[in-house]
Formats: sequence, C-alpha cells, structure tokens
Amino acid sequence: MKSNQYGNESEIPNGSAAAAILSAGVGCFSVSVFGLLGDAFPAVAHFFNFYNPTGPLSGVSTTAIIVWLALWAVLFRSWKASSLPMGKINAIAFLLLGLGLLLSFPPFGDFLQGK
Amino acid sequence: MQMSFRELLTLLHGMGFGGLLLLAFSGALIGLYRICTPDRSSPLTGWEQNLFRIYLIAMAVLAWGTVLSGAYIVYPWYRAHPPEGITDYSEYPQRLLLSSPTTEGWHNVGMEWKEHIAWFAPIIITMVAYIFIKYGSNLSKHRQVRKAAFAFAVTAFIAATIAGSFGALLNKHAPVRGGAIIKIMEGTK
Repeated sequence: MKSNQYGNESEIPNGSAAAAILSAGVGCFSVSVFGLLGDAFPAVAHFFNFYNPTGPLSGVSTTAIIVWLALWAVLFRSWKASSLPMGKINAIAFLLLGLGLLLSFPPFGDFLQGK
Repeated sequence: MQMSFRELLTLLHGMGFGGLLLLAFSGALIGLYRICTPDRSSPLTGWEQNLFRIYLIAMAVLAWGTVLSGAYIVYPWYRAHPPEGITDYSEYPQRLLLSSPTTEGWHNVGMEWKEHIAWFAPIIITMVAYIFIKYGSNLSKHRQVRKAAFAFAVTAFIAATIAGSFGALLNKHAPVRGGAIIKIMEGTK
C-alpha cells in the first residue's frame, strides 16, 4: 500500500482513464463529422434519419454515442490494467476535441463544402 | 397568465435541465481545480469526495436530460413543417426564422451549431464523472489524467454555454409555441 495526501491507497493504472479520455475525444469528433456528412450528402442525411420528427440529428447523435461507448468498451478491456503514455493519448484526444469543435461550427462546415 | 404545453416543456429543457447544468459547472470546476492543484489547494476530504461523486453524477444526468429532451421533445416542434398554404409561421419556429434574411442566421448558424455542440457536454461530463468515481483520491498520482479531465470539463462548459445561449436567443426570436394551454393565474379584469 502506498500513501498519498488523501490516505493510504494502492495506485490504479492510468489505462482506464486513458480509455475514457480518448473515447470521449472520439465521441465529440464523431458528432461533428457525422453532422457534417449529413449536411453535405443527402443520402447520409437520409440514413441518419432514425426518428423522423427529429430528423438526421437523431441518427447523428445516436451513431456518435454508439461509436463513443463501443470504443470506450474496447479500449477499457485492452487498457484497464496498463499504464500508458498519457501525454500522447491526451494530445490525440485534444486534437480530436478541437477538430470536433471546429467542424461543429456551421460556417466552417459550409466552407469545407464550398457553400 | 398562461402558457402552452410546449412552452412549459421548452422551459423544462432550457431552464430546468440546461440552466441547472450551467450553474452546476461552477461547483464542478472548483472541485476539479482543487483536485488538479493539490500543491496549492486543500485536498478534498472523504466526505467531500463522496459529495463530489454524487454532484458529478447529477451533472451527467442533467446533461443527458438536456440533450435528450431537446432532441426528442423540443426540436421536433421547432423543425415541424407547416401544412401547405400556411402563411402564419408562429407555431413553426424554423420556418419563421428561415422566412426572413434578417433571422435565417439564427437557424443556419445558431441552431445548426447548437444541435451538434450540445452533445459534447454529456459525453465529457460522463467521462469526467467516471474518472473521478474510478480514481477518487488516486487522481493525486495521475497529473496528466487530472489535467485532461479539467480541460475537457472546461470545454464541456463552453459547449453547454454556446448551446444554452443560442437556445435562449432562438427562443426569443422564434419561440416554440402550441399545444394545450395551461392557466397559471386568472386575470383581475
């Protein structure tokens, strides 16, 4: 048992946190990418129309949540007992989060589509 | 004084779930800051850690409640297509906004941005809540994890603020109306 400022606890590997952080970055990025694809291609928008009153947003959000949770589950199983280089994982997660924020901004999405 | 059923549920979505979520961010960010700066802040006591776990779970519930009520209750009313021949768009907010070049930006930028960026908040808050529940005081040994969780939480706050602000402004320019009328108070005249 190792001690820290809060009391005596053994150290938990950072793999679980890495899985949660990276999958959250991918989840946010997925929302924006799916939204952009739905906006750019009518066929994709039609595919994402899971619930008609809500329209393509229903499929965009549901699919992004599935991607996020599925990736989280896969990474968790693989990484839960590991200690990983968090700096690299954080960098990838923040890159995806930043790209997600950028792609979610409609004028930027319109620019990419040449509108 | 009266309001419609749709106005009531829009209020629940925006002020009930969304407003409470935005208020809750202040406490969460202070808590996370204390965890992230163990050398400068007093550490969380055991009781505070338990309280913070419940607090983050409540935030995640509020965040999911906000986006799900928005996407599946309010948004369908917002984007409803008016029947042929209708020229009064007062019960069709999206059409009302798109009917004028002075207001179409509220939909084309405001709603289009809000409807996607809003989902960042529940995804991130769920992740932050998980990390704190899983690691608790062990976070003191994981500097990079603490910093990432805090930075993600700040981003979730920004995303929720953007979504909430546009929600309020959209509802000001084109309120969601309709449904049964609920009388809150009788007039005196």
